[in-house]
Amino acid sequence: MADSILQVENLVKHYGNVQAVRGVSFHVDEGEVFGLLGPNGAGKTSTVEMLEGLRTRDSGRISVCGLDPQENPGRLKHEIGAALQSTSLPDKIRVMEALRLFSSFYKRHRDPEELLKRFGLVEKRNAFYNQLSGGQKQRLALAMALVNDPQVLFFDEPTSGLDPQVRREIYDIVEELKREKKTIVMTTHYIEEAERLCDRVAIIDHGQVIALGSPRELKDRSGDKTRVEVRLTKPDSPDVLKNLEGVTECRELNGIYILQAQRPPQAIVSLVKHLEIHGNELLGLEILTPSLEDVFIELTGRRLRD
Amino acid sequence: MTNFVSLTRMRIQLALRNRMFIFFSVIMPMGFFFLYSGVFAQSVPYKVAYYLGPILSLTVMGSFWGLSAALVMFREQGILRRFHVTPITPGDMLASSIVANYVLTLPTVAVELFFARTIFHVHNFGDWSSIFLLMTVGIISFGSLGLVVASVTNTMQETQVINQLLWLPLIFLSGATFPLAFLPKTVQRVGLFLPATYLVNGLQQAVFHDRHPWQLRVEWLSLGSWAVLTFFVSSQLFRWEPESKIPRKAKLWALATAIPFFFLGIWEIRKDDIIREAKVSFFEVEHPAMPQMPPSVAQPEKPSASDPSGKPSQPAAKP
Repeated sequence: MADSILQVENLVKHYGNVQAVRGVSFHVDEGEVFGLLGPNGAGKTSTVEMLEGLRTRDSGRISVCGLDPQENPGRLKHEIGAALQSTSLPDKIRVMEALRLFSSFYKRHRDPEELLKRFGLVEKRNAFYNQLSGGQKQRLALAMALVNDPQVLFFDEPTSGLDPQVRREIYDIVEELKREKKTIVMTTHYIEEAERLCDRVAIIDHGQVIALGSPRELKDRSGDKTRVEVRLTKPDSPDVLKNLEGVTECRELNGIYILQAQRPPQAIVSLVKHLEIHGNELLGLEILTPSLEDVFIELTGRRLRD
Repeated sequence: MTNFVSLTRMRIQLALRNRMFIFFSVIMPMGFFFLYSGVFAQSVPYKVAYYLGPILSLTVMGSFWGLSAALVMFREQGILRRFHVTPITPGDMLASSIVANYVLTLPTVAVELFFARTIFHVHNFGDWSSIFLLMTVGIISFGSLGLVVASVTNTMQETQVINQLLWLPLIFLSGATFPLAFLPKTVQRVGLFLPATYLVNGLQQAVFHDRHPWQLRVEWLSLGSWAVLTFFVSSQLFRWEPESKIPRKAKLWALATAIPFFFLGIWEIRKDDIIREAKVSFFEVEHPAMPQMPPSVAQPEKPSASDPSGKPSQPAAKP
């Protein structure tokens, strides 16, 4: 813990009567990609913005690069880089101008030319910000987060609202930064993103960390069971379904029956037999290998993107 | 300091690429210039000189439209948030708007003066140091007023409503549209509580009556201290985040910007200097000693320093 570059203890934040962050604690080691995974409104952005020094906390302790964001905002800002959510640049600023302008604010800076190349924006160097596509804007946002060669990077929902192909481009960029041993704190509500990019993940719900560990550890905790999701023509009882051969657990969520199966083939055979006997039919069936989604469902009884 | 310089440079660049800016800061003031000079002053050089005070004041006062709109837009679109994660301070942000606006307004003023000379043959522009001083405190103070407006409103719509509510009395009760002398006595007195009145009158006296800065000290000192106060208030009320609420004290702070001219207004009502000066100038324009006069001498004589009333020793012009 002592050598962690970022530490958060018992962080609390209220907005009026709403408790957005309720005692969040975690630490991030140098060179680690740390994810805050949770549904919208879980308190991820509030948490990250308190770490960046954009919001004040009600209580708790924060240390980023050995600095308290509230007491030393000026010094801290030289050490961090951020791609924020719901932000923008002036319409008529050119890509290269934006990089140069922002790098001029810092004591330490990286070569804007190199960043242009690296983020695939060379052809767009003289384009106005409002002429860029969503993906290009996001690449520029990430490039701008790096202008001061920061010790810690914060990416708040870096792929939200982007189409799948662009999202993969962003993943490649983050993976490259990961290879360079950059410390990154990112928030996301995409399971794939957290599984693919993060060394460790804190699952956040209703302002609290409900699970924390590497994606592997978290999935192992869910018992490494394959999930079979079925939709039926007629309703059935989860209590009956969970007693079928090969099924260990069953619950119903919005008309979908989620069966946890240790031996999926057997579970499916026994399910089909059971349905035949009761004159019921399958409308759809999906087999899913364990993911962080299962962990989330197990812990909260809800899907991540409800 | 370097942050402030690079921000200022960016804001100047952005303004020049913005059609709205070009319209409000270049085309509209030019429209006023030609309307006043060509129509109100009927292209008569000494009348154009008389109207230069109001024309320059309108150009200066327009600052608060541009600055309030730009700051609210920057906040609404989340542009300010992006600057918030950098070492930029609210002071850098606000001062860069003021300085950029200053740099951008001066060329318009220069072009207006150039046209006054070349097209309307005004040859005597009065006291340059007074003009420069009043322009400077005027641009800074009205710009800061725009920043205060931006801080007490949440959306562009609200900003535009408040701007209208401020703009109309500022231009109609200050002598910027109708000469102050021409207005009913009660309205004149209301005008004495407005900063615009001191700007219009100061610039008019500087151009038309050649007043030097010491003679116009009430005008530039009041506008100068108002500039400091409004800038201070704008820095106290500054918000980076679009969703952060306007603190309740904000409205009190905003009201505080009215204090200097509230007291100055009371004092001026008793002294009556401003209105007397405005009346004298108006009278001179309306009743020139000689109706026909060559453009080169279309200016009243410089008042003698010993003249306690500050009135020019001669009416409008001599042949």
